[in-house]
Amino acid sequence: MKEISTVKLDTDILIIGGGAAGCMAAIEAKKLDQSIKCVVMEKAHIERSGCLAMGLNAINAYLTTGQTPETYVKYVKDEFFGIIREDLVYSIAKGLNESVRQVEELGLPVEKDQNGDYMSRGKSSIRIYGERLKPILAAAVNRANVKVLNRVVATNFIFDGERVRGAYGFGNRDGKFYVVHAKVVIVTTGGATRLYKPIKTGDARNTTWYCPWNVGTGYAMGIRIGAEMTSFENRFIPLRVKGVNAPTGTIAQGSDIRQRNALGEEYLEERYKHLGGRKCLSLYRLLATLQEEKAGRGPCYLDTTCLSVEEEKKLKEVYLNMNPAIVLLWANEGYNPRKRPVEIGGMEPVVIGGHCQAGYWIDGERRTTISGLFAAGDVAGGAPKKYVSGAWVEGKIAAKAAVEEIGKIELLHINGEEVNKEKERIVCCMNGREGISPEELERNLQEIMDEYAGGATAHYELTESKLIIARKKVKELEGKLGLLSAGDKHGLVSCLELIDRFDVAKVLIEHLIYRKETRWPGFQIRTDFPERDDANWLGFVNSVYDPVEDRVIIIKRALKKENEYLYK
Amino acid sequence: MSIFINKNVCNGCGKLKETLCERICPGDLLFRNAAHKAEIRSQADCWTCGACVKACPVQAIDLKLPSQILKSNVSLRAQCKKQHTVWEIRNGNGIKEEFVIPATTGNEAK
Repeated sequence: MKEISTVKLDTDILIIGGGAAGCMAAIEAKKLDQSIKCVVMEKAHIERSGCLAMGLNAINAYLTTGQTPETYVKYVKDEFFGIIREDLVYSIAKGLNESVRQVEELGLPVEKDQNGDYMSRGKSSIRIYGERLKPILAAAVNRANVKVLNRVVATNFIFDGERVRGAYGFGNRDGKFYVVHAKVVIVTTGGATRLYKPIKTGDARNTTWYCPWNVGTGYAMGIRIGAEMTSFENRFIPLRVKGVNAPTGTIAQGSDIRQRNALGEEYLEERYKHLGGRKCLSLYRLLATLQEEKAGRGPCYLDTTCLSVEEEKKLKEVYLNMNPAIVLLWANEGYNPRKRPVEIGGMEPVVIGGHCQAGYWIDGERRTTISGLFAAGDVAGGAPKKYVSGAWVEGKIAAKAAVEEIGKIELLHINGEEVNKEKERIVCCMNGREGISPEELERNLQEIMDEYAGGATAHYELTESKLIIARKKVKELEGKLGLLSAGDKHGLVSCLELIDRFDVAKVLIEHLIYRKETRWPGFQIRTDFPERDDANWLGFVNSVYDPVEDRVIIIKRALKKENEYLYK
Repeated sequence: MSIFINKNVCNGCGKLKETLCERICPGDLLFRNAAHKAEIRSQADCWTCGACVKACPVQAIDLKLPSQILKSNVSLRAQCKKQHTVWEIRNGNGIKEEFVIPATTGNEAK
């Protein structure tokens, strides 16, 4: 295993991550110029990779009748207490409906009413039959003559200090080392999960809401070359169905179903009326549920007992399209949601740019702060609530700018010394002397994050004193990464994934320490600074990692005034 | 356990380079063992996404819950037909529910 062979490839555009944003970027690039060489590097198989592997039953970013890009921006801005990149969200909003129509054209069945209009599930959501969404996108990528490198895990960017020149990868099937040079790289990987101790343990530890193999590799690769990142502290903590971590929106959104506590009280109405009651922002639904639990009034439920027989059948159908395990749960426990309400709770925190806004700091064309590198989808920051359709729009915007750029760029190969350095780094994991398994170190990292950086055990609450301990302990533990040992190719990828998660965790902790206010109750609760403080904190917390000093440097960026954005 | 592979039904996908479940698993968890059958390397790493269940051409894989009692007859299977996915759920009393759900408009094959 020590000797691994190298595969070298040259391309115009390299896309890392064949998910929603990546597939759409590839399709768009080839649509703009059929002669362009485009490669997608994908760690799994694009037919069923990443967070869409199970399927999807709704598109949560869509302008239904009466909605405009301006109303959409306002809705997202309100949900995030004023801190969003309005220019990014606006550019997404303008492209949402067109991207959905495009994917419908590619083969996605969209639910329609008797007039042939899309069935809405709230102001910005429509229902789809998306069980095969990923295979549909993959088929379109294949038809577009894009070269897909399935089962190649990206490990680092090829970076000459000035510009990204491609990326390195490891083939987890063929065991080969990939060196892909490109004129332009678009990173479209997922967010980062498995940083915190999972709610479920043992054999269920990976039954998370977000794809457990989305480990933040795209973030880590950018962090390691000093790309500016934004808003890692804006973590996402989903409110999920207990037992299987299935999404709650499937039941609650666009329906009349109430949230009740163990006493049967409709707690949002009874105790959280000042925050909007049943119509409150989605993060208050989580916060209220957590507070009910803490006050001894839990567990909390979505009261599905009011469903009709037809509605219950429909609910199972839509869950099969997105999270089939919940239907199995009901069959296994011998009750249906009409007979027993569905228990809900928080999940372990996730760093993600598609629901919240952690990710690369980008410009309107999705350029990162490193030349030659674009970002789109969950890995791109500043534009929360983009979901799948927003990721499609971002993929298209990035592809357009990338296509324009390749005409001006010459393909340059990095020197062999750099290539060997990365190869050594990878092979190193196969030669850990003391042989620490990634699983062992992962558990330690997750325990630290859970206890000291606001995991579920700590009620998601943060204090400076605990975060300083987290910083110190993660740093100490990081010293053991050199001892990681893998027995096979799969294990080697697990080692690389864990190294990536350490880099993400380090940046996350610094962001959490820096924001000395509580901006997003539920997601980011600073018990030592419990109030929102607009005078000092109505802006972005960004960071750049300095590999020489091993230090995360924080950059505070002001919120631009609305009229400074170019609403093109 | 998260999936159950029925060794009596699995044919190891014959002469294919890799089994179809191995080809598709987003977590790279499945492989063909020495007995020419599909095997999961770690139940605890499974996401219960069902990609392998849908990909299996002979319906040898059942989705299971990690919490599920091994010998229970409760099961969930899916078959991908051309434009529909057919789901079959059995509960502990042997009662079967079936769902036939649109999965594509067929445009992607054009």
